[in-house]
Amino acid sequence: MVSVTDLQTMYEQMVTARHYEERLVDEYLVGKQPAFDISAGPIPGELHLAAGHEASGAGVCMHLRDDDTVTAPHRPHHIAIAKGVDLKRMTAEIFGRKTGLCRGKGGHMHLFDPDVNFACSGIIAQGCPPAVGAAMAAKKRNTDSVAVAFLGEGAIDQGGFLESLNLAAVHDLPVVFVVEDNDWAISMPKDRVTDVQNGAQRAAGFDLPGVRIDSDDATAVYEAAGEAVMRARDGNGPTLIEVQVHRRMGHFMGDAEAYRPEADIDRAKQRDSIERLAEDLRSHGVTDDELDEIRERAHERVEEAISWAKEQPEPDPEEAYENVFTNPPAQAATDGGSAADASGDADETGGDN
Amino acid sequence: MATESRDYTEATETDRELTMSRAMVEAIAWEMRENEEVFYMGEDVADYGGIFSSTTGLLDEFGRDRVMDVPISETAYLGAAVGAAQAGMRPIAELMFVDFFGVAMDQIYNNMAKNTYMSGGSFSVPMVLTTAVGGTYNDAGQHSQTLYGTFAHLPGMKVVVPSTAYDAKGLMHSAIRDDDPVVYMFHKRLMGLGWMPSPSGPKTGVPKDDYTIPFGEADVKRPGDDVTVVTLGLHVHRAMEAAEQLDDDGIDAEVIDLRTLVPLDTETVLDSVRKTGKLLVVDEDYQSFGVTGEIIARAAEGALDDLSAVKRLAIPDVPIPYARSLEDEVNPGTDDIAAAVRELHE
Repeated sequence: MVSVTDLQTMYEQMVTARHYEERLVDEYLVGKQPAFDISAGPIPGELHLAAGHEASGAGVCMHLRDDDTVTAPHRPHHIAIAKGVDLKRMTAEIFGRKTGLCRGKGGHMHLFDPDVNFACSGIIAQGCPPAVGAAMAAKKRNTDSVAVAFLGEGAIDQGGFLESLNLAAVHDLPVVFVVEDNDWAISMPKDRVTDVQNGAQRAAGFDLPGVRIDSDDATAVYEAAGEAVMRARDGNGPTLIEVQVHRRMGHFMGDAEAYRPEADIDRAKQRDSIERLAEDLRSHGVTDDELDEIRERAHERVEEAISWAKEQPEPDPEEAYENVFTNPPAQAATDGGSAADASGDADETGGDN
Repeated sequence: MATESRDYTEATETDRELTMSRAMVEAIAWEMRENEEVFYMGEDVADYGGIFSSTTGLLDEFGRDRVMDVPISETAYLGAAVGAAQAGMRPIAELMFVDFFGVAMDQIYNNMAKNTYMSGGSFSVPMVLTTAVGGTYNDAGQHSQTLYGTFAHLPGMKVVVPSTAYDAKGLMHSAIRDDDPVVYMFHKRLMGLGWMPSPSGPKTGVPKDDYTIPFGEADVKRPGDDVTVVTLGLHVHRAMEAAEQLDDDGIDAEVIDLRTLVPLDTETVLDSVRKTGKLLVVDEDYQSFGVTGEIIARAAEGALDDLSAVKRLAIPDVPIPYARSLEDEVNPGTDDIAAAVRELHE
């Protein structure tokens, strides 16, 4: 049984994630109005928001320790927050700042935080094999760490996912695969691209347990994930979980969602996992004042992270040449050409987008 | 079928300008009307019309059988395109971002590119692989590459990189009619998307009728006597801008748009460097082992005695960084091109 304290922690993570994304929308739109220009403003590039997915990240990560590995897809913020990724440095990364998690090199789709073993990436199902690898390392080293690979339902048709299920199963590796089913792979509804409507069924073909959670109920996710993580930690192999979540916003910021029926958007907004969890908490005797307090704390944390991030310096152009290797060759490939030139007269060689 | 009008008279007389995406779609639609065997498949190509508007309106006209949304399973659907092509159809399959090539490269370079050769010519693979390339909008290392050199390096694929609407249409007609696999790489920044403003160059006059642009014919965008600038894709427009700046200073740059990498129009490059003696190659792909090195090697092989100076500008062998200051640093800009030409001219 989930404790009220755990429910409150999940609630805090979920409202943090939701508020964080709502605030990112404000910040992202700066400089992009009235005409939307994806490369303008303080946060350029694509921005994939996970509002409506929060129950999945919170319910699963409650069972994880810092030494457990999480890989997340291109819609990562709620998972990163639940895993305990440094919110200030993550935000600085999204703003492309020098002190960001990845020194401005990764951006919102490619966040790496070794302190809590978190990574996300931008190509579908890409995080599954590395999660298997983290689990492999844990098993070889006889630790009881586990790995969790998050992916969207659009990824369940991808070879990287299916091959990972098999590799994890045949070696009984401590991995949990968590499919977040928000019904849409960008513009493609699930039934257009697969005949299997319950993604957890993929597990059967690889002889591992598959669990489907039909509503984005944080408590239900918590319970299913608890079992799966324990199974992995105990050396009993992988589990596949699919959680029904909702995409409250477009695929990315700027997506007009012309392909999506209005009713579906409305339904996604009505089925709010955060409000559902608040109801659960109230039924456990948590007062509205206490819920307000949690929300205020979450909002303050978000504001603090955003303010901090915006004060951070931008990377110096010559930092572009750093970190290609951990042990850079004495003579880098382009040292004779543009790298050396560019670092010598960086002020003159900036691009002109 | 019209052949290409090199002086663009025909284009300008049509009295209508199209974005690159509209021109590309117009060619696809024309071919689909003419030939039942042509169909298009990819992720988000039906209702969405392509993330970069590569298929806008095609679903309405041709329906789901011929404009197919496919699962996120690049190995399966790109490989399926190879199979359908070998069966005699003319599929067009879209890889949403060229960066996703890794997921399905086996099908691309071990099947699509090689089956004609390995079968001793008994099979051909008449398909088009369309894919979005390029950066400049801060999308970081997995969504910003061009990979021109990677595809051009592997034998068996024709590689096309349009830089204007006129070329996009003519090259697409050629690509679909070609009996070999053609990789058609369209630069996101040139498509004329409302949400990713293009420079002014790619929107051009486009004839309503079909016309082909033969592969292996570079386009001299601007004749000049002092320095040859060879480039492709987005950087054609940056080079043209740089050439205008240089003109004010009395430096006459010749700008060559390669348009296709395979086949490569070596002669046009050689003719130019024989005249100018100075060569700058500008590329949005990684510097080493790529397009810039290849062009310079061909120039050296064919016109060594005429060459007095060469230089190249490309992504300096780092993955594409996210932050604006970092991406601007590594992606050659107009000023970088102008500075490099000045240096060669000295």
